[in-house]
Parts: sequence; C-alpha cells; structure tokens
Amino acid sequence: MAEFQTNNAVVKWIETRLPIFSFVNHSLVVYPTPKNLNMWYSFGSIAGVMLVLQIVTGVVLAMHYTPHASLAFNSVEHIMRDVNYGWLLRYMHANGASMFFIAVYIHIFRGLYYGSYKAPRELLWWLGIIILLLMMATAFMGYVLPWGQMSFWGATVITNLFSAIPVVGDAVVTWLWGGYSVDNPTLNRFFSLHYLLPFVLFGVVFIHLWALHTSKSNNPTGIDVKSPQDTIPFHPYYTVKDLLGFAIFGLFFAVMLFFLPNALGEVDNYIPADPLVTPPHIVPEWYFLPFYAILRSIPDKLLGVIAMFAAIMVLFVLPWLDTSRVRSATYRPVYKILFWLFFIDCLILGYCGAMPAEEPYLTYSRLATAFYFLFFFPILPLLGWFERPRPLPASISASVLKSGGGGASAPEGAAAKQEDRG
Amino acid sequence: MAASGDKASRRDFLYVAAGGLGAIGVGGMIWPFVSQMNPSKDVLALASTEVDLSQIAVGQMIKVVWRGKPVFIRHRTEKEIAEAQGVSLDDLPDPQTDADRAPKPEWLIVVGVCTHLGCIPLGEQGEYDGWFCPCHGSHYDTSGRIRKGPAPSNLPVPGYQFLSDTTVLIG
Repeated sequence: MAEFQTNNAVVKWIETRLPIFSFVNHSLVVYPTPKNLNMWYSFGSIAGVMLVLQIVTGVVLAMHYTPHASLAFNSVEHIMRDVNYGWLLRYMHANGASMFFIAVYIHIFRGLYYGSYKAPRELLWWLGIIILLLMMATAFMGYVLPWGQMSFWGATVITNLFSAIPVVGDAVVTWLWGGYSVDNPTLNRFFSLHYLLPFVLFGVVFIHLWALHTSKSNNPTGIDVKSPQDTIPFHPYYTVKDLLGFAIFGLFFAVMLFFLPNALGEVDNYIPADPLVTPPHIVPEWYFLPFYAILRSIPDKLLGVIAMFAAIMVLFVLPWLDTSRVRSATYRPVYKILFWLFFIDCLILGYCGAMPAEEPYLTYSRLATAFYFLFFFPILPLLGWFERPRPLPASISASVLKSGGGGASAPEGAAAKQEDRG
Repeated sequence: MAASGDKASRRDFLYVAAGGLGAIGVGGMIWPFVSQMNPSKDVLALASTEVDLSQIAVGQMIKVVWRGKPVFIRHRTEKEIAEAQGVSLDDLPDPQTDADRAPKPEWLIVVGVCTHLGCIPLGEQGEYDGWFCPCHGSHYDTSGRIRKGPAPSNLPVPGYQFLSDTTVLIG
C-alpha cells in the first residue's frame, strides 16, 4: 500500500514534526481490510459514533443539570421544558444510551459468531469487555441522575449488591453512599463519575482500536489474510459501507427518538425520588435485564451477586474455553446451532428479567441461567474436541470468488482504480 | 470535474448533491447544540421587571435588578433636570439630548453599568453631580451621559413604558 506523499508545503512542515497525516493515511485510508466484511462489522464504528454523541450531548446537558437531591429532578424538567431544544438533547442522550448498548451487544454477538476473540485477538477482546463494564457503570450512574423513583431505587438496589460481600459488605456500601442511605452525597459522586467515565471509555476505545490495527480485523470466514488479494483499502470501501451503516442505524435511532422517546424508559422515573416508598415493580434498564434475571434466579444473596458478575467475567476466559481451532461459526455446524441457542437464551433471560420475580418466570430464568453457564463450560471446551468443522476455503479471496461467481474482475478492477488515484 | 473534460458528469452531480445534503444534515444536527446555550424560556420569562415608583421621593434614587443587572431609577430634582437640559450637545462625547433619554423629565431610568468595563458607578458623585465610576474614573452627568473619563458612551437607557403614573415596566 502506498506511503503517504504530498506536495503541500504546510502538510509537509507538520508531517516532519508530527506524522499525523501519514498516521491517518495508514489507519483510515490505505489500511488493508479483509474484503469480505459484511454489515455486522459496521457496528463497531456505529458504537464509536454513539460514544461520541453521548459525550457531546452529555457535556451539553451538564450545562443545564443540577446535581443536588432537591434540585436534580426539577432541573431535568427545566431541560425538558425551558432549555432550547432541551427535550431533543435529553431524549438523544437517554435513547442514545440504549442505541449504544444495541450497537455494542450486536458487536459482541458478531465477535462470538465469527470467533473474533480467538488468538491473536484475546487482548482486543478483553479491552472490549472492559469497555462493556465501563459502559454499564456509566449507564447505571447516568440513570440515577434524574432523581426519579426508578433512579433512586435502582441506585439503592444496585449499590446494595455490594452488601453481599462477606464481612466488609456493609462498610463498602456506606462508603459508596457517603451516608446511611442513597442521598445527596451519592448523587453528587455519581454525577462526577458519570462525567469522568466516558472519557476513560474513550481512552480504552482508543487502545481497543490500537489492538485491532495490530492484529487486524477478523472476517466472516475466520481465516487469516494471506495475500494482498484478500484485502481492499479501508477508504473508500469501508468508509462508505460504515456510512451506510450509520444511515440505517440513524433511521432506527430517529424513529425511537422522535416517535417513541419513552418506550425504553420507565414511567415511574417521572415521579420524584421518595426514600419512603418503593415502586411496586422495579426493573433496571433493558440492557441490564439478562444479568438481573441471573441475579434473581439464584436464591442466595451472595451467590446471586457472584453469578451475575460471573456472567460477564466468564467472557474474559472465553478465548481459552473455546478449544476449537476454527474461528468462524460458518464452518462449525454444531457451534452455529449452539450460538443461536445461546442468543435466544440471552433474550429469554432478558424477558424474565423484565417480569416480576414470581413463577413461572423464576423457573424459566433458572433454566436459562443454567444454559448460559453450561454453554461456556463444559459445552464450549468439549465442542472443540467433538465437533467436525466443515472444510475451510483456501483464502478469503477464494471464498469470495466461490460464492460471488465470476466476480474476479470486479475487485481487481477496483484495486487498479485505487492505485490510479494514489 | 476535470475527469470528463469541462462537462460536468453525472458523478459530479452525485458528489455535489450528496455533499450538499450532508452539509444540511450536519448543520441541522449542530444547530440545537448551539441554540441550547441561548437564554432558556425561564430566563426569558424574567426578562422584564415591573417597578412601583410611588415610594420614591424627589431627589431619591433606587436600584432595581433587571436581567441580572442594576437599573438606576432617579426621581430628579428641578435643579438636576435644569442641569441636564442646559448642556450644549457640543460638550458631550456621546451627544444625546436629555429629552431623548428621559421622556418624563422627573424620571431618569438608566442601566447602571459603566460602559467602560462593566463596574457599577456610584450615585451623586463626580464632577457633574451624576455618577462616578470608581474603577477607572468615568464621570456621568445627571442624565447619565458620559462627560469625562475612559468610558466611551452614555449609560444606556433600557426600553420601558409607564403602565400608570406610578408604575413602570422595564424591558
């Protein structure tokens, strides 16, 4: 791929002092990318755009919000009624959080399907899980800020999870609250951290991309890039494809934002926080529901909390639990079925998490929790031994030609054209 | 556009159309983020102030808060009115007749912020018996006009109307 060249004197002057143009050229323009990436690979950049949008809308909302127990709720209503376009900015931020999670969850399931967590991408995968954990912490604390009933009781329930820790649990919870219940000190520190964590998140995303550009993108065949024939330059092929992804995702976002802005929220959060009354049915935001169902499925306080955290932590060891040498589910007939079962299992857990803690949902969520963990152990380690993968294509290029049929000239022509421009 | 000679191609049209639509979209996205920093509705709702003048004796001045700034309301004496009206416009750095500044001569209503750098001038002081700004030494006369010192212009007269003989609505 072509080195960065220019005749512009200003660009040259900057380039010799800070090679930012060649960096951008290397990472976003000529960057060789597998030529068979499908639309599921758009969700990484969509998630990145959502993060930036959350930061921008969040910074703006913080200009109008007041982090104080007696003023927070009214300041949110002030944003909704008085601030110019405040309703738009707040709905963008609240629904944007959901959109961010949708994009990231699809991104994660895509990684699971195509085996993107396997060597040499374990660190890339780990960084992704850290991003997910940071997102969860940030989203949770953000949900507390409007100081409605769900905010208050969500904060109470989630912080009380830490009281399950033996011996020091109560001390930890008091420390988290800065008092003997969720109150103004809690709200203030949550606001501070809710403002900080997205920037930490941004930093981890940068390292995630660094790791990505070191080990390069996986692809739907799961086989490595073997020759330049397997790749196309990132620009214009994937910049345009990602733009199309944003456009479609943006339409979906716009429908939620303008027509169903409260569909993913809880009406109870429009009631100001009342420390003396718990709403009859409290549920977390939808993106926490599967984990909430796992928590409730275990009839023991400490074990429930452990199971809930383990449900995410198990992802860290996934690269070693999956013993198969084949990455992509496309060539793993049994794993492909199990993947979809696992996906459905997560949906069932999400559904059960939204339902009241009673039968039959408890039994369903117990069965679904059992499958969730059995999938990781022992099913995945054993599957690597027993499964007979389908034959892999000789190369990415070969797989494309086989399914495309006579498309040989098109990619080569495209590549030649690219060089003309160089 | 050079690719196909001097004739614009269909591709050029697509570039311009897509780019133009994109620019409109980006502009539409950015506007709410700019607009949100303008005064919100609750601020706008407090943008005018109603004042009862019946308690202000001749020769007395009160300060009222209007849009977060002090407004001086002075019930001028005959002497002050005569002083203000007697000045030749040629003697003024920022020429303006007293009649323009105080349609009802006994009531002078001006924004009490020095036009130099925003300090609050002190009343009934200075060489012209009006206001004196202690920050950088600007002297205003009994019509609130700048007479001496670094301030470039007169104390501004806010928009106001008398709702009755003793009530004024500022803003």
